[in-house]
Order: sequence, then C-alpha cells, then structure tokens
Amino acid sequence: MRRTITTQLAATALGLILAGAAWADPVEDTLVIDTDDGELEIVTKAPAPDHLKDVMDTIWSGWHYREDETRDLQRDDFDNPAMVFADRGLDRWNAEIGANGESCASCHQGPETFKGLRAVMPRVDEKTGKLMIMEDYIQSCVTERMGLEPWKVTGDEMKDMLALISMQSRGEIVNVAIDGPAQPFWEKGKELYYTRFGQLEMACANCHEDNQGMMIRADHLSQGQINGFPTYRLKDAGMVSAQQRFVGCVRDTRAETFAAGSDEFKAIELYVASRGNGLAVEGVSVRH
Amino acid sequence: MTRRAWLPALAAALVCAAPALAEIAPNDVVFADGAVEASLTGTPGDPVAGAKVMTTNALGNCVACHQIAAMPEVEFPGDIAPALDGAADRYSEAQLRGIVIDAKHTFPDSFMPGMYKTSGFIRPGNGYTGKASEGEPPPILTAEQVEDVVAYLLTLKD
Ligand code: HEC
Ligand code: HEC
Ligand code: HEC
Repeated sequence: MRRTITTQLAATALGLILAGAAWADPVEDTLVIDTDDGELEIVTKAPAPDHLKDVMDTIWSGWHYREDETRDLQRDDFDNPAMVFADRGLDRWNAEIGANGESCASCHQGPETFKGLRAVMPRVDEKTGKLMIMEDYIQSCVTERMGLEPWKVTGDEMKDMLALISMQSRGEIVNVAIDGPAQPFWEKGKELYYTRFGQLEMACANCHEDNQGMMIRADHLSQGQINGFPTYRLKDAGMVSAQQRFVGCVRDTRAETFAAGSDEFKAIELYVASRGNGLAVEGVSVRH
Repeated sequence: MTRRAWLPALAAALVCAAPALAEIAPNDVVFADGAVEASLTGTPGDPVAGAKVMTTNALGNCVACHQIAAMPEVEFPGDIAPALDGAADRYSEAQLRGIVIDAKHTFPDSFMPGMYKTSGFIRPGNGYTGKASEGEPPPILTAEQVEDVVAYLLTLKD
C-alpha cells in the first residue's frame, strides 16, 4: 500500500527529484592520465565480477562520483596532490634506516620489483596461511628484517610506502583471489559488509550497494571501491588508506569501530577489493 | 529564522533541560502495526523546535535523506528517501510517531535510523567517537524532541 502512496506522491516530489538528477548517477567519463611515460588509460568502469552479478551489473570507481575539478586532478600526475607522498615513499625506500643500515632497497632493489603486487592484495600468505594486507608485509620487514619499532598502521611512513608500492601496479586490473585458502576470510568479510552496525544500524551495503548514486546530504554515494587507494582526500588535505576509510565509515554509523589492521577490517578489505575485481589500480587517487 | 520563531525554540530547550515527568522510556514504547498512540511526554510538541531538530546534523538530521519543499532554505538535502511533503495526509499522528521512534516497525529493514531507541544494536558507539558505548546509548532524540518532530510533520499537508 505504501508503495502506491509513494507513487502518487512522486508527482509532488518530481520537481525536487529532477533537480537532483544531474547527480543521481556516476558521471560518464574516461580517465586517461598524463604520466612521465606518456598517457595511461585506467579502467574505472567494468562488468561486475561473477559473485556480484545478482546485485549489480557494473562496477564503478569512486572517481566517477566526484566533481569535475576533483576528477581533473587525477588526469595529470603534475596536478595530483598524492604524488608527493609516493615520492616521499621512494625516499624512505632508499633510506638506510635499519638496525644494521638496511634500506628496503638493499633487499628488494627498486620498488618496480613489486609491480603487480597491489592488484592481488589482500591475499593469504602461502607460508603462514594468514590473511595479509600490504601493511602486514611492510610491517614484518620493518620489525623482523630491519629491527625497527613497528610503524603505525595508519601513520605517514606506512601510507607513503603504500602509495609508492601501489604506483608500481597503476593500470593493472585488480584480481584478488576469493577461493581456496582465501575463502573463509572472504566469507567473513562479506558477512561483515552486510552487518548493520551501530546506533544508526547501517551496513556498508546499505550505503554503497542499495544507495550508490544517491545523495546523503551533500555526499554523493559511490560503491565504496578501494581500487583507488591510498587516496589523497581533499577534505583532510592528506593521504587516507583503505583501512582508515573503513574506520571513518563505521564510526559514522555511531558504532564502536574495529581498529585499522584488525582481523575484521582485513577481511572487509579482501571482500571490498573483490567487489572491484575488474577495475584498474589507480596508483594514488584523489577524492574529496 | 525570524525573531519570533526563536521564542518557542528557546522555550522548548528549557523544557528539555528540566527533568522529565512521566515520560515513556525507549524500551517501554508500545507499537501497534508500527504506530504509537500514546504521546511520549503527554504534552503537545512544538513544531518550530521540531523543524530545528530535523535540520540539525547532530540531532534528527532528517534532511540527510529526505527533501522537504517547505524547507527551501536547507542546502543540499539528500534524496535517498521519499520527500516528506504531504506526510500528514498519508499517515496519522500515531503512525508518524511510530516512524520517528523506530521506522523499522513500519518499514521492515528500513534504512531510516530509530530515533528513540536504545537497545538491539550491534557494537553501539559512544556517539561519533568510534569508541564503545558504556551500556545502552542514549536515544538520538529525547522524548520531547520526538514529539516536536511529530508536531512539525503534522503541518506537512498538501
Ligand atoms: C552511512 C553511509 C555509509 C556507510 C554505512 C558506509 N559508508 Fe563508506 N562512504 C560513505 C560516504 C558518504 C563516502 C564518501 C563518498 C563515497 O565515495 O561514497 C564513503 C566512502 C567510502 C570509500 C571510499 C571510496 C572512494 O572511491 O573514495 C570506501 C572504500 C568506503 N566508503 C567503504 C565502506 C565500507 C567498507 C563500509 C562498511 C564497513 C562503509 N563504507 C560504510 C558512506 C557510508
Ligand atoms: C633484510 C632484507 C629485507 C629488507 C631490509 C626489507 N625486506 Fe621486504 N621482504 C624481505 C623478504 C625476505 C620478503 C619475503 C619474500 C618472500 O617470501 O617471497 C619480503 C617481503 C616483502 C613484501 C611482500 C612481497 C611479496 O611479493 O610478497 C613487501 C611488500 C615488502 N617486503 C616490503 C618491504 C619494505 C617496504 C621494506 C622497507 C621498509 C622492506 N620490505 C625491507 C626482505 C627484506
Ligand atoms: C538515513 C536516512 C534517513 C534519515 C536520516 C531519516 N529517514 Fe525517514 N525514511 C528513510 C527511508 C529510506 C524511508 C522510506 C521507508 C523505507 O522504505 O525504509 C523513510 C521514510 C520516512 C517517512 C515515511 C515517508 C512516506 O511518505 O512514506 C517519514 C514520515 C520519515 N521517514 C520521517 C523522517 C524524519 C522525521 C526523520 C528525522 C527525524 C527521518 N525520517 C530521518 C530514511 C531516512
């Protein structure tokens, strides 16, 4: 009955809804980045992966939901405010900060040896059977192989390094494994994605699946993809990792969040990454 | 807001500050098909204060999801939920009260948060701090604020 009433109401509401229509959907646009090595086209829209086919046809990068000016910042590395953090990451990569003077470079040579890694992370480590996010690998080298105090999971050192390593896979298609040893973690992540947390009782899916494309006050809701992470957030004037973004989104539901780097958020990261299987790694993106 | 409109809003704020008498507590609210007959306070709400609650982020923040033609001054209202114009033609006072208190009794699985609800949550937080709530969190709106919002919604007739 309510549905009929709402339809009648539509006539009144139509003016308002039309006024918002320009915003309603992701913007049709193509991301071609001017890089030092020429132009690079990024896949920001793709058919949904099989496991999502029953809920959506197309997956879209969050880039499509941002204003013209924000999208433009990502078209040229020269304009992209996130690039300085990737550059800073390279300085850290070469810095001989280990207890015995090691740098990342002493064992890994150039960061380009990690080409392709970002596109398959998170993944289950073959040796330990643990679900690893990029931060875990970096942290184990920092503490176990360089003898340093752990880096803060969402600290500057960690995010600079995430930016540098992500850039090595720019343009590569995200393809995280969800079967085999990854499956239990993936199932856990999926369950959490659909759990309505907090006093506002909202799940990731309520905002990023049911209402993607809609406006929640002034915010244009995207699919909450992470192919663009780490991202430079204009609002914070700084870099934000996926783990950090999850903390913010759960907090906003008036919930007790999970910690960045917790088992729960790692499982969510795997699941969310898998919803973007088919999109390209953006390297470092810009959002507002 | 005009100067005259301030007065009732102010008065309402004072009423809220006073200890509540004979209020129905969130866990004692009785729903019948989603509707709540009894006023939570026993006192008629103030529509002007209600409008303020609806447009204040930290309170009802109804405009995050709903558009309301009678509130053209609200910048960037959301469009997730039906426009509220004519709500009083579609629903009775008791139904509107039920929707504001906890819309999930009217619309199962609704995206709309329960505004006068303190239990049944998964990992409730202490407001927007990200920390755990100590015990049941206070409701998002007080009983008076709920009645004020209902009073405002009752003015929304086509
Ligand atoms: C109340 C609605 C809401 C809920 C619930 C929510 N988010 Fe978000 N999220 C937002 C808003 C608003 C933004 C910023 C605009 C956008 O990109 O959608 C955002 C942004 C994001 C982004 C950044 C996307 C990009 O390309 O920049 C990710 C990733 C994300 N959310 C993941 C999650 C996950 C995972 C959950 C559940 C743990 C979650 N969100 C829950 C509202 C929500
Ligand atoms: C003392 C040598 C050493 C140093 C110094 C070192 N690593 Fe490692 N790193 C390793 C070894 C060994 C592995 C495991 C390789 C394997 O198992 O295939 C590894 C693995 C990794 C991986 C996972 C790679 C993959 O393909 O699975 C990342 C990411 C990584 N290191 C980043 C860093 C960063 C960033 C630094 C500097 C902060 C650093 N490492 C410093 C030795 C080192
Ligand atoms: C997070 C989004 C959200 C917020 C905030 C919100 N609502 Fe809602 N509301 C909804 C949705 C979605 C519906 C549609 C019912 C459904 O299917 O869940 C709805 C339905 C309603 C209805 C019935 C409308 C109709 O015509 O059927 C009323 C009345 C209402 N809301 C009032 C309010 C008031 C008053 C507030 C603030 C105190 C509020 N809402 C805050 C999402 C929201």
